[in-house]
Amino acid sequence: MPGFLHFENITKRFGDVLALDRVSLDVERGEIFSLLGPSGCGKTTLLRVAAGFEHPDEGRVYLDGVDITDLPPNHRKVNTIFQNYALFPHLTVRENIAFGLRIKGVERKKVRSEVDRMLALVQMEDRADKKPNQISGGQKQRVAIARALINRPDVLLLDEPLAALDLKLRQRMLIELDSIHDEVGITFLFVTHDQGEAMSLSDRIAVMNQARVEQIGKPIQIYEAPESSFTAAFIGDTNFFDGTVCASEGNDYSRLHIAEFPDVLCYNDRPRQTGDWVHLSIRPEKFAISRTPPAPQPSINTVQGIVENIIYLGSLTRYWVRVEGYRISVSRQHSRHRQDETPITWNDPVWLSWHADDGFMLERYRSSDESLLSLPPGQGVPIQSPEGA
Amino acid sequence: MKRSRFPAVVTFLCLSFLYLPILILVINAFNGSRFGSVWGGFSLRWYQALFRERSIWFALRNTLLIGITSTLLSMVLGTLAAWALNRYRSRLQNAHYALVYTPLVVPDILIGISLLLFFVALRVPLGLTTIFIAHTTFCMSYVAMVVLARLQDFDFSVIEAAQDLGAGWRTIILRILLPLLAPGILAGGMLAFTLSIDDFVITFFVAGPGSSTLPVQIYSMIKHGSPPIINALSTILLCLTFLIVAVSRRLTGKQITA
Repeated sequence: MPGFLHFENITKRFGDVLALDRVSLDVERGEIFSLLGPSGCGKTTLLRVAAGFEHPDEGRVYLDGVDITDLPPNHRKVNTIFQNYALFPHLTVRENIAFGLRIKGVERKKVRSEVDRMLALVQMEDRADKKPNQISGGQKQRVAIARALINRPDVLLLDEPLAALDLKLRQRMLIELDSIHDEVGITFLFVTHDQGEAMSLSDRIAVMNQARVEQIGKPIQIYEAPESSFTAAFIGDTNFFDGTVCASEGNDYSRLHIAEFPDVLCYNDRPRQTGDWVHLSIRPEKFAISRTPPAPQPSINTVQGIVENIIYLGSLTRYWVRVEGYRISVSRQHSRHRQDETPITWNDPVWLSWHADDGFMLERYRSSDESLLSLPPGQGVPIQSPEGA
Repeated sequence: MKRSRFPAVVTFLCLSFLYLPILILVINAFNGSRFGSVWGGFSLRWYQALFRERSIWFALRNTLLIGITSTLLSMVLGTLAAWALNRYRSRLQNAHYALVYTPLVVPDILIGISLLLFFVALRVPLGLTTIFIAHTTFCMSYVAMVVLARLQDFDFSVIEAAQDLGAGWRTIILRILLPLLAPGILAGGMLAFTLSIDDFVITFFVAGPGSSTLPVQIYSMIKHGSPPIINALSTILLCLTFLIVAVSRRLTGKQITA
């Protein structure tokens, strides 16, 4: 059963550049669905295909079961919030919001009451007669939302709507967007490169990379059970290890052999054969770090290392721990209890331990993993390759 | 510290250079004597002569007629040219740009001669129509350049936004594009109008008998020895220009504070 907004094998080329490569996905009625990926991954192109600004080279788009691929933008029941808001500079806030209804020839009294309702929804009543250049970025954002919602679209398309706002305002608008969604119940298709925005707002996320969808799932699935190295590295931080399966331990666990690293135990998310190459991903917060060896348990991996670097980040501290050929990123939150211990410091010998279920065996290198290297710092991978030096 | 007199002197010299000739012209317009070198007492006789001179009023009518019509047509064509130059990408666009830009740099005399040859070759009778075509030809380029500059920092996402909100092309043009481009189109139009009403060289070539515009008429009157009338006419034009500038300053000033 296809979804409310259904993309079927969408392919789009711009000259030699492949922007979308047979992308299929379904957005359900009423949900907030995010397209998340680095710049150039095709997420905005897919949004523009939904809006009607781009015509796909191949594939069809369906809205509520109707093929809308060949409909021009002004005949689609979708509205867009543009990244730069694209408010009409010569019209006041009120006229901007009224635009959609005015051109449909709705009678003046009705337009007026609808605009008033929208102004109240986005809390802009006192700015109704200002021009766009007289209001702030956050207020422009709200006008853009009101201008789109007044048409009661089936789907609201949001193209990086928060990118132009500063951090504090972004967090506030995120909450406002969520409450507006609760109020109007319209389907949101949200494009962002910011994993924080996507994680906090979305019902489901499609992670996109290099014109393809890497993974679709709930935020927790995307974070806790990434299916590809790209997803693991793009969403949050992670440590990668290259290894081979050297033994099976029961049906559920494999023992991995990793060059220049102790053997580790890992949960099989799918059946593995001895000799398989895998790419092991473990997130920094999954490690426990201590200066005393933890009590041995069957499903806990324990390795010994030296603290090479410490970065204090306020709510948490990041440690870089050298374990044989690897430098591992470990993060730990503060608590009163832990502060009473002698703090871990540079060159301390430490023990790292993690549960076998917290590591993920991913497909070893896809071509798409090349773009991991181009991710901005903090989103990408810590240095995980075995370092000789 | 003693302040240097140098800036004051330079300013004074510049202003004299610019305005002294005009001042002499205005004084002579009220000179009772026929010759500028002799002061024949204050007199308005040249103004009376001016109002009796039918050919001047006929030329003024021609000038305004051509100025207005060629301005209107060049606003339309120039805006369309600018839009095409800005919105469409093709290898021919360089040639297109050159075509639009050339009339700005080619000497007037060349344009005048070539248009004359062109009209003669096509056996078009010279007259108001040919002046109108000639003026539109070069005015269009000025409008196109002004509008093009305006388009260069135009945010085209508002067009997509309008489309997204359900607007068809007619609505987009009438409600979004024209209001937003109006200042550019009007500025181009003003430029075109001023260029049209004071063009001499090109008009001189393509004007036929009985279709003189004001600049051509003034030239022929100076040649036939009635400069004091021209002085009076110039003084009136000067006052009108100051009036227009003052009014437009007031209007734009109001717009800013509104």
